[in-house]
Amino acid sequence: MTVLEQPGTYTPAPPPSWRPRTEAAPLLPEAEPYRVLGTRTAEREGDTGPDADLLRRLYAAVVRGRRFNEQATALTRQGRLAVYPSSRGQEACQVAAALALRAEDWLFPSYRDTLAAVARGLDPVEVLSLLRGDWHHGYDSPGTRVAPLCTPLATQLPHAVGLAHAARLKGDEVAALALVGDGGTSEGDFHEALNFAAVWQAPAVFLVQNNGFAISVPLAKQTAAPSLAHKAVGYGVPGRLVDGNDAVAVHEVLAEALERARSGGGPTLVEAVTYRLEAHTNADDATRYRADGEVEAWRAHDPVTLLERELRDRGLLDEETVREAEAAAERQAAELRERMHQDPQPDPMELFAHVYAEPTPQLREQAAQLRAELAAEQEAAAARPAGNPAAGEETR
Amino acid sequence: MSTAVRQHTAARTDRRPATMGQALRRALRDALADDPAVHVLGEDVGTLGGVFRVTDGLTAEFGADRCADTPLAEAGILGTAVGMAMYGLRPVVEMQFDAFAYPGFEQLVSHVSRMRNRTRGRLPMPLTVRIPYGGGIGGVEHHSDSSEAYYLATPGLHVVTPATVADSYGLLRAAIASDDPVVFLEPKRLYWSKADWDPEEPDAVPGIGKAVVRRRGSSATLITYGPSVPVCLEAAEAAREDGAEGWDLEVVDLRTLSPFDEETVAASVRRTGRAVVVHESPGFAGPGGEIAARITERCFHHLEAPVLRVAGFDIPYPPPMLERHHLPGVDRVLDAVARLQWESGFTSGRDGAEGRGGGAL
Repeated sequence: MTVLEQPGTYTPAPPPSWRPRTEAAPLLPEAEPYRVLGTRTAEREGDTGPDADLLRRLYAAVVRGRRFNEQATALTRQGRLAVYPSSRGQEACQVAAALALRAEDWLFPSYRDTLAAVARGLDPVEVLSLLRGDWHHGYDSPGTRVAPLCTPLATQLPHAVGLAHAARLKGDEVAALALVGDGGTSEGDFHEALNFAAVWQAPAVFLVQNNGFAISVPLAKQTAAPSLAHKAVGYGVPGRLVDGNDAVAVHEVLAEALERARSGGGPTLVEAVTYRLEAHTNADDATRYRADGEVEAWRAHDPVTLLERELRDRGLLDEETVREAEAAAERQAAELRERMHQDPQPDPMELFAHVYAEPTPQLREQAAQLRAELAAEQEAAAARPAGNPAAGEETR
Repeated sequence: MSTAVRQHTAARTDRRPATMGQALRRALRDALADDPAVHVLGEDVGTLGGVFRVTDGLTAEFGADRCADTPLAEAGILGTAVGMAMYGLRPVVEMQFDAFAYPGFEQLVSHVSRMRNRTRGRLPMPLTVRIPYGGGIGGVEHHSDSSEAYYLATPGLHVVTPATVADSYGLLRAAIASDDPVVFLEPKRLYWSKADWDPEEPDAVPGIGKAVVRRRGSSATLITYGPSVPVCLEAAEAAREDGAEGWDLEVVDLRTLSPFDEETVAASVRRTGRAVVVHESPGFAGPGGEIAARITERCFHHLEAPVLRVAGFDIPYPPPMLERHHLPGVDRVLDAVARLQWESGFTSGRDGAEGRGGGAL
């Protein structure tokens, strides 16, 4: 029989093996989003400010990015792109992400991150393949070290962790930067990727572009966390909160996190607070879920204007520099426009080429079927009188 | 059941009895030793050696980087394996139990199976997903599913399932060596099946995509795979011994479900004129339907009877005390064979009687 102790005499001991794995406080993000632009005189007295060359490069890239977003949006209206998820308003995040990477690092973008891939130097037409619809993916991923634009939310994050882990196992100083939106942080893959990265101390950096909405659902309905950067603490990973429209601040935080990752310091979760100035895609009606006033407030905090002001304050921006940046952006847009107005001719037989290293017997049969159908089509086309493709219609 | 398998493996003096689990472990060990790109990862695969001990000793021999315990997260295991493959490694992941693999399903269907296609061959996915599957071991819920139909419905994946000790070694080596992703289904109730097997001279397995005739016969073909192979071999022996019907059954072990070896199957059915497909997974929209359709398309004029299916019931996997009623056993296979006597009342549509295939609940 158990002898019961007198009430109030039992002092519970702590669980035998309990200990904190890591101190939470150093992992906590900033109380306010970290900013650099416009803070020099007030908070950074005596600071010479960000590097002039970096400022100019970021400026040229955001101007080009803004123009790219406009051009790509116009291409959807012309039916040249099936869809385009604009990153207008988020150019600073995208550009900073691309410019913070070293050549040997990898970028894992999501579908809205076309601009980051273009800013990394990829061919814009190849980057737009997915959205144009001639193929799911257009650029050489291993060659450019940019993973395919990922459509299912957050599923690219574990890929980034695995690649970074593999690089570290091979002894390579390579970091992986994965981009995800605020909606993506609700997905299970976000959690699993952060957890794996932390446990493995993988050289992976996660950049959440919190643009306020997951299609139409605002952040308040997405999470109850104090900030998305706070989620890092639960994984034992440092969280950083940054003004996503401040290209210099995002670049600084990412460059630091990537360097820490490369040198074995483990992963970082960065939340960039930004805003999607346009609708989710051209197929969306943003007026149904957000007020004009809100959009206008963010227009006043535009990433291009913020950089412009800083450059002017520092005497680094004359009219010629502005004209040069705009001309370069216009050249890229014109080239994109011209190349997108050529109809791609994807080879239907390639449908069977990349399912397996070697097509299965069943795929060979299906390829033969399609080849016969194509031959029949060609034969029918050849039989029609030249110059009058609709000749056969007359008899109807 | 294992005796039926054993007698079809040539007995040699330098051979020792080995279990399927041991042969699989040996395949992993040899793959790790031969290729530094091979990495084993999963929950419990390290210190414990896997819940079925298939990875036993691999961490001790190759280190915790080559045979790594991961956090308990199937999507994470498969998702990070994708990234590892992107960087040139050949991950071999363990999903522990069939129904535990479902959280990883999105990674498997949205990325593992499509990455080669999406990138037009630039990013192949040479990864192997080991999944112990099927019932018959008295497992509680979520430990006995036969999920092969889901994987078969996913272009870009190979689906492989061995039935013998020698095949489990050879097919797992072939899966790991494949530049394409392979879902490697291990029939868990055969883990302890034994055969005489010399690990230094494993039987030649002709790689992925080749079925094998396990038993020659002339009156009907049983087409099967994985855990149902020993059942069918036993049924074939019983049909011959009972002799009432004089059935001489041929047994084809598919070994690979995708790609499907139509040639071997069609050649067999053309010889015998009758076919029964046998598997554990639910029959509705199951592999048997696809196989029966292909046989009908290829061998219609050779068929003396409709292609029949013997499958698990179309129910969620039952509790262990009832699973024997669900799993296709020898009697149910023999019953189907008896029904292949087409002219003896199966198609009595003309006189209005119900065929034996029908029947009301």
